[in-house]
Amino acid sequence: MFDYATLRFIWWALLGVLLVGFAIFDGFDLGVAMLHPFVAKKDVERRVLINTIGPVWEGNQVWFILGGGAVLAAWPPLYAASFSGFYLAMLLVLLGLILRPVAITFRSKRDDPRWRATWDWLFFVSGALPSLLFGVAFGNLLLGVPFHFDQALRFQYEGGLLGLLRPFALLCGLVSVTMLIMQGSAWLAGKSEGEIAARAQRIGALAALTLVMLLLVAGLWIATSIEGYRIESQMDFSAPSNPFGKDVVVGAGSWLLNYARHPLAALAPLAALLGALGSSILLATGSRFAILSSSVSVAGVVTTAGFSLFPFLMPSSSHPGQSLTVWDASSSQMTLGLMLVAAVFFLPIILAYTSWVYWVLRGAVTEAAIQKGDDHFY
Amino acid sequence: MFELDVVTLSRLQFALTALYHFLFVPLTLGLALLLAIMESVYVMTGRTVWRDAVKFWGTLFGINFVMGVATGITMEFQFGTNWAYYSHYVGDIFGVPLAIEGMMAFFLEATFVGLFFFGWKRLTKVQHLVVTWLVALGTNFSALWILVANAWMSNPVGAAFNPQTMRMELTSFKEVLFNPVAQSKFVHTVSAGYVTGAMFVMSISAYYMLRGRHAAVARRSMTVAASFGLASALSVVVLGDESGYTAGESQKMKIAAIEAMWETEPAPASFTLFGLPDLETETTNYGVHIPYLLGIIATRSLDTPVEGIKPLVKHHEARIRNGLPGYRWMAENGGRPGAVVPPELEASMRDVGYALLLKRIRQDIENATGEEIAEAARSTIPDVPVLFWSFRIMVALGFYFIALFGVAFYLSSRRRIGQPWFLKLVMFSLPLPWVAAELGWIVAESGRQPWIIDGIMPTFIGVSSVPASNVAISLAAFVVFYTALAVVDVALLAKYIRKGPHAEPEEAPLAGPLPQAQPAFDASR
Ligand code: HDD
Ligand code: HEM
Ligand code: HEM
Repeated sequence: MFDYATLRFIWWALLGVLLVGFAIFDGFDLGVAMLHPFVAKKDVERRVLINTIGPVWEGNQVWFILGGGAVLAAWPPLYAASFSGFYLAMLLVLLGLILRPVAITFRSKRDDPRWRATWDWLFFVSGALPSLLFGVAFGNLLLGVPFHFDQALRFQYEGGLLGLLRPFALLCGLVSVTMLIMQGSAWLAGKSEGEIAARAQRIGALAALTLVMLLLVAGLWIATSIEGYRIESQMDFSAPSNPFGKDVVVGAGSWLLNYARHPLAALAPLAALLGALGSSILLATGSRFAILSSSVSVAGVVTTAGFSLFPFLMPSSSHPGQSLTVWDASSSQMTLGLMLVAAVFFLPIILAYTSWVYWVLRGAVTEAAIQKGDDHFY
Repeated sequence: MFELDVVTLSRLQFALTALYHFLFVPLTLGLALLLAIMESVYVMTGRTVWRDAVKFWGTLFGINFVMGVATGITMEFQFGTNWAYYSHYVGDIFGVPLAIEGMMAFFLEATFVGLFFFGWKRLTKVQHLVVTWLVALGTNFSALWILVANAWMSNPVGAAFNPQTMRMELTSFKEVLFNPVAQSKFVHTVSAGYVTGAMFVMSISAYYMLRGRHAAVARRSMTVAASFGLASALSVVVLGDESGYTAGESQKMKIAAIEAMWETEPAPASFTLFGLPDLETETTNYGVHIPYLLGIIATRSLDTPVEGIKPLVKHHEARIRNGLPGYRWMAENGGRPGAVVPPELEASMRDVGYALLLKRIRQDIENATGEEIAEAARSTIPDVPVLFWSFRIMVALGFYFIALFGVAFYLSSRRRIGQPWFLKLVMFSLPLPWVAAELGWIVAESGRQPWIIDGIMPTFIGVSSVPASNVAISLAAFVVFYTALAVVDVALLAKYIRKGPHAEPEEAPLAGPLPQAQPAFDASR
């Protein structure tokens, strides 16, 4: 089998795969939820919108759930630190994610307009709140989070909820919202017709351009005034996981080091920018395939965050030496190896049947079909 | 007094959200399989009344499923938000079944459930049947893996403490997977789900029969549910590996507390049908005993004694003392690179979890007095009256279900079901499987107390270091949120039950174009 250091690296990459899967697949669901009030005006249009994601959102959401399970299994200290550290923010995300399934399923089950208007509004919130907070969370990782561990390795968070809302983190939240609006519009461009598709394309083209600008601003901000983290001491990449015993220095420009060391890593931000540019062109010209370039952009944004942080998972701003990194916050070698076998076995199967399902469900959802009243449309 | 600290609040929140999640889980487990069975009959016979039945129960299944998903998400993340130290300490082992559950079960059920609803016209009959079976398979896999995780907490096998990382690490996945507690839990819990699904279908069918509505679907559903329910009810009571109830220290304490059995019962142990446990005097008064029965339930034999509470407490007291040197070594050396437990302390290290029980009483536990050690040992007794009564109600319901499904099976197989009194009895029995299942979890989980991981980590150690006010906020949010959702959910279910199944004509002409460009298969023609 692989040695411990390699396994850790592979699991860092797999964490990226899960996050990208989540951002691409669940991303368009979240985007559709945010677009809901703006793209769909009449009741039947709203139902079209919901039904474009109707058969697939449950599967998509599992990327997030699996992300949670996999982080617990592969990076237990990260799971403990991020979820308990961001406690109230996590609660808001959870409430959003609870609302979404219910809103989709319950909304059209009664005719009362007030009932439907309420769920429409909640559906919007269930998309906007998690989208914003995911971005804010990533922004905070780039800024560093105030925490330390005590003698027994018990995680202690030193900030509050409002401490998370720093300007750069809010910018990242905006990036995330814009990106998922683009992703949602690109999905709708392919899955709906007529007026709905046209509106989605207009909004999406604008969102994609905005995303390009926001990404440039964020990049400049990181390059000039965000303090990054860098491991100063020699690290044993195969040592037992324990966040003590390394030296970390904080300084401007550290988040760019990986790109200087491995120029190929620059493909990630490039993909983020070009994908968004491509989406804006495709959407503006009415193409149905913007989802492809948009997904490239989404994958680029997520991997850019990962590449910049590497090898950090969660830097500590108050005790930088105790930051969680790929080399000292993983599970044991046995667990990582076992889980790798499981992932190598299951992920291709999952991708295979998911593709089949999307194939079976191909084609746009139309108002006519909704009005015909097939009883299993939401 | 009752103190609203982080530990209490977190426990309350976990208990509420888990019990709430488990309102939806058993129905999903049971209905998914019933749908698959009914659809199989449809595909084999080609009678569309069976498809109508599947579509009708499927609608109710969908409303319930979505609540199962929405409440499950909370559970998955609560280990991190509220039990962070626990997650850090055992994520290496505990996370594995959870992650595998995601890959093997959640993706399967969640991907195909969409196709179940949207695929009627796009799939062939057989393809759709396969999809339905995959959903049912996914829900059962999901139960398997989460119960493997849960059983590990009661019987933590296949893991060892690593002093360099200050946490438990996996040593044998095989032992975790083939944990005897997991096996008995899986059979028992899944069967409980099937009973719930069967009762749900039977009660609603009885309601239609009483009203004389939807006779075709109701009569057929009743027949399927009665036979499936009878088999499941028997399986809940009879099956399940016996060793599950005796493996592990906390399981022994659980059985003793369930029995309110203070002293060791010589073999063959009798079962206390009724009694009044008295915590002050540590006796159980007015007991009515059934000879041999406890021996059979707990040990599946007539010659194994069942240990009582008092001897178990004495034993735990010894383990607390034994764990103190290990604790002292850990406090000094834990987390040091290259730290290795000295051989003479290995036995003591196994009891460090017991020593940690003292932390509830004082921080510098090395200096604990004999009185404090005895007090900590007594804290290993779970809540006896709660266990005693919850267990008895669950068991009584178990036998009631066998009788009820038995009669229904007999009557419906002779096509004589229709006596209003019996239909009413069936209808009003609707909530009982939920009562039994929730009480079952109360037995299982509160019987494990004070341990979050038996013998290794006391519950109060496992919490996150978050302010109590945060947990109070989240608890309040969940209560408000979940209550509102429950009201809406029940109202919607009621609406669709009142509406009833919708019979489609045997040969329906296709009205208008299909919702997609290319030709689709229509299962009905
Ligand atoms: C015996 C069965 C069982 C038990 C004890 C639990 N669950 Fe559950 N869970 C299921 C059986 C199930 C299911 C049958 O698979 C569900 C219920 C309804 C549903 O939609 O799927 C589900 C849904 C469900 C989901 C949504 C999955 C999806 O999107 O398909 C999550 C994330 C969890 N659960 C997580 C948990 C956690 C962390 C639990 C432990 C505290 C837990 N469940 C207890
Ligand atoms: C859905 C079914 C479940 C129900 C209804 C349930 C019920 C409960 C209850 C009632 C408690 C509180 C016990 C007490 O404080 O006296 C509890 C605690 C707990 N259970 Fe469960 N449980 C379920 C499944 C699980 C599973 C599958 C796991 C682990 C995989 C688990 C882990 C825990 C934990 C960590 C606690 C907190 C410690 C505690 O307060 O006891 N539970 N559960
Ligand atoms: C004669 C009948 C029954 C007996 C002897 C029995 C026994 C038990 C025992 C000993 C436990 C605790 C297991 C543990 O903590 O490891 C348990 C738990 C449980 N019971 Fe029962 N039970 C019976 C009937 C039922 C019925 C009818 C239902 C529901 C329909 C049910 C649902 C549950 C559930 C959901 C649990 C928690 C999961 C678990 O620990 O397995 N039980 N039961």
